[in-house]
Amino acid sequence: MKSSLIVRAATRLLVGLLLLFSIWMLLRGHNEPGGGFIGGLIGSTGFILYAIAHGCRAAREALRLEPQTIAMVGLGVALAAGAFAAIPGDALFTGQWLFLWPSEGSKGVPLSNILVFDIGVYLVVLGSVLTLVLALEEEV
Amino acid sequence: MGQSESSGKPLGGSAGIISILVPGGLFVWFLQFLPAVAAGETILFRYDWVPALGVSIGMLIDGLSLSFALLITGIGTLVTLYSSSYLGGHVHYSRFVCYLLSFMLGMLGLVLSDNLLALFVFWEVTTIASYLLIGFSADESKSRRNALQALLVTGTGGLAFLAGIILLGAATGTFELSEIEGSLAEHPLYLPIFILVVLGAFTKSAQVPFHFWLPNAMAAPTPVSAYLHSATMVKGGVYLLARLNPSLGGTDLWFWTLTLFGGVTAVFASILAIKQIDIKQVLAYTTLMALGTLVMFIGLGTSDAIKAAMVFLLVHSFYKASLFLMIGVVDHGTGTRDATVLRGLTRAMPFTALAAALAALSMAGIPPLFGFIGKEFFYKASLSAEIGMFWVTACAFLASALMFAAAGIVAWRPFTGRLAETPVTPHEGPWAMLIGPLLLAALGLGLGLFPDYAEVLVRPATAAVYGAAVEVDLYLFKEVNSALILSLVTFALGWLIYMGHGTLRDRLRRSPDRFDPGWDRLMDGVLAGCKWQANLIQTGQLRRYIFVTFLTLAVALVWTIWRAGLVPTMELGDDLRVKHWAVLIAITAGAAIVAFTNSRMTAVAALGVVGVGVALIFITFGAPDVAITQLLVEVLVVVLVAVAMLKLPQMNVEHVKAVRVWDLLLALTIGVSTTVVLLTVMDTPFDLRLTEFFEQASAPVAFGRNIVNVILVDFRALDTFGEIAVVAIAALGAYALLRGTRRPNP
Repeated sequence: MKSSLIVRAATRLLVGLLLLFSIWMLLRGHNEPGGGFIGGLIGSTGFILYAIAHGCRAAREALRLEPQTIAMVGLGVALAAGAFAAIPGDALFTGQWLFLWPSEGSKGVPLSNILVFDIGVYLVVLGSVLTLVLALEEEV
Repeated sequence: MGQSESSGKPLGGSAGIISILVPGGLFVWFLQFLPAVAAGETILFRYDWVPALGVSIGMLIDGLSLSFALLITGIGTLVTLYSSSYLGGHVHYSRFVCYLLSFMLGMLGLVLSDNLLALFVFWEVTTIASYLLIGFSADESKSRRNALQALLVTGTGGLAFLAGIILLGAATGTFELSEIEGSLAEHPLYLPIFILVVLGAFTKSAQVPFHFWLPNAMAAPTPVSAYLHSATMVKGGVYLLARLNPSLGGTDLWFWTLTLFGGVTAVFASILAIKQIDIKQVLAYTTLMALGTLVMFIGLGTSDAIKAAMVFLLVHSFYKASLFLMIGVVDHGTGTRDATVLRGLTRAMPFTALAAALAALSMAGIPPLFGFIGKEFFYKASLSAEIGMFWVTACAFLASALMFAAAGIVAWRPFTGRLAETPVTPHEGPWAMLIGPLLLAALGLGLGLFPDYAEVLVRPATAAVYGAAVEVDLYLFKEVNSALILSLVTFALGWLIYMGHGTLRDRLRRSPDRFDPGWDRLMDGVLAGCKWQANLIQTGQLRRYIFVTFLTLAVALVWTIWRAGLVPTMELGDDLRVKHWAVLIAITAGAAIVAFTNSRMTAVAALGVVGVGVALIFITFGAPDVAITQLLVEVLVVVLVAVAMLKLPQMNVEHVKAVRVWDLLLALTIGVSTTVVLLTVMDTPFDLRLTEFFEQASAPVAFGRNIVNVILVDFRALDTFGEIAVVAIAALGAYALLRGTRRPNP
């Protein structure tokens, strides 16, 4: 099934934008609407769009990793982020924060295992949705 | 049978050596408790396992459990030594050792546990291990079938036993055996506890009518048979009855149930023993006889009866293990176990013949063997019984006479007379296979000559079962009394039966076995029932499944509303604006279109309208995160459904019209009742403590202003982790389903 030229041309632009947007949503999630869950959903729509325009094989090649692998890696990342709290001796999944270069009126650049955890959520959602959708599309 | 000539490695290599050292070491370790226990002490170790559930691993060492522990580890050592030669060269020898050791540890746990729940866990360990052992020759369908039969029979009994334990715990307030005090006979739960516990014990110890699995367990290799039948698994039930005798015993119900079932099992099994041609099967049935006798005497419950049971426990363990091992040597040395073929083996297999002779003399109850003492105490106990004297004496007498004949069939006939043709030229077994039977048979002689040594164990064991100290004085001969005379009559009758056993066997073989085929019919019936209900429930139609699921939900909702009398106040807020009404109308219209359209595409699009409408509601009430998620999910669902639709067959419009009314009715019911529930929820005052906490703590503690996300990834990160795990597993499951049903690709 060959999709229309317009769809293919638009996809080229849209996919990049969607992926960028999804990462932006992931990063802003702590203070504004967004987060790993929403980010993962947006990211997967990007790839689904690509699959509709260029076929599932092309989408899989663009992903480079199997979507199931991405989901499992995400689960591992989230678990590792939670387990990280055990190093300073806190309970699992306790937030650990580090503020780089603080200055007057600003706390500095925040680094935390919370963000890592959210990235794990992002990857799980992205991987799981794509696992399902791609398998279903290939089935048809 | 998975036999082979012994391997090059002595004692079966490292697996074999470990398997011998473990029980051997444990045996020595348990020996250290003997002096204290003989002095009447009870030793208790305790370790909290699951404190929240009140499950602790406690070791209760008293006369009863120590007797069992010594038998299990002692015979275990000899059996593993034996099997290192018998099965040492087998491909799966290591596996066998693993099964056997887990079986042994399970059995040890069973007899040592102080906590009833832990006891149950070990009880099941023995069930599963015996399943694996019986099915060891897994390439034979008979093995597999018999293993499954044992598992199902004892497993079902195990479930009953578990229920009994829970009731027992409820009745006494404790699961610790050492803390259960006094008799439960007057308790209102006594009857159900009794029935459930006895079911567990009877299936495990193969009492009629659950006896059929035990002879079938002979499919296991010979060392396993020896182990299963002598000291261990099948005595699990006997142990349980003995252990609970102080709390459950002493009632008429206990007395009659145990003596009747035990007596019937003892006599019935001895008759069936005569019927067998395979000498291993003969022994299997005599084991049933021993179990029946033990149950009968525990049921009798007098101090003499308990004493007799404990003596017999030791007697039986020694001679039965010895004989089973001896049969293995004969089988190994001649290639057959056919009682009608084997003759005159003494010259070729002198040591085996010696072990067989000693063990069989003990089994027949001939002085000065330990078995004679056992039988004398039997008769003494049954003759002095106040109620049921005739029944118990008759059963014990008949069973003993038949046992005498069975001993002749197993150990006299094969070794005497003229040497007969056998598949393999008879030769003696290796030393590792001879130590066990010889030692055990010698113990039967030694304890018969010096019974004082047995008292050390029998006295505390009797006290533990009886619930109070009992005077135990074992002797070979004291005076001519009715018990001795009865013994002499037993020998006479036993001799007669032995002389006529050929004719008797032929006559018995003409009557078919009903229990084992009955089991097969039962299984067929169960399978047919399962098939019938699966066909009824599992139609394979997704529509039907969804309908039933929602119907259940609807019934639950309506029932709850009706029972709780929920009536919402219907006070709508006055802040409803035009935009709210607009959204509401859009949603309703979308739903109506879904219900009445005849096109799938229209339905999906209309469903999308409903979803978007819901997202709009979230936006107007200030939940942007939820709204975004809802919108994205709507988009994905439309994509998924659109893809799936390409594959669906043409919609059957007539059928849809026919069932539409019912679907609509169900949907309306769920919608209305959910609304009622939600409105009622709104009527109750909100507990705002959590909301306030999150609002206040989010920014200063978790450094985030988006409360929803902060809750997701920080405050409740563990929940989120669980959820994403579910998402990932669901995706994998769906993937496997999609790929699994895929037609082979060109």
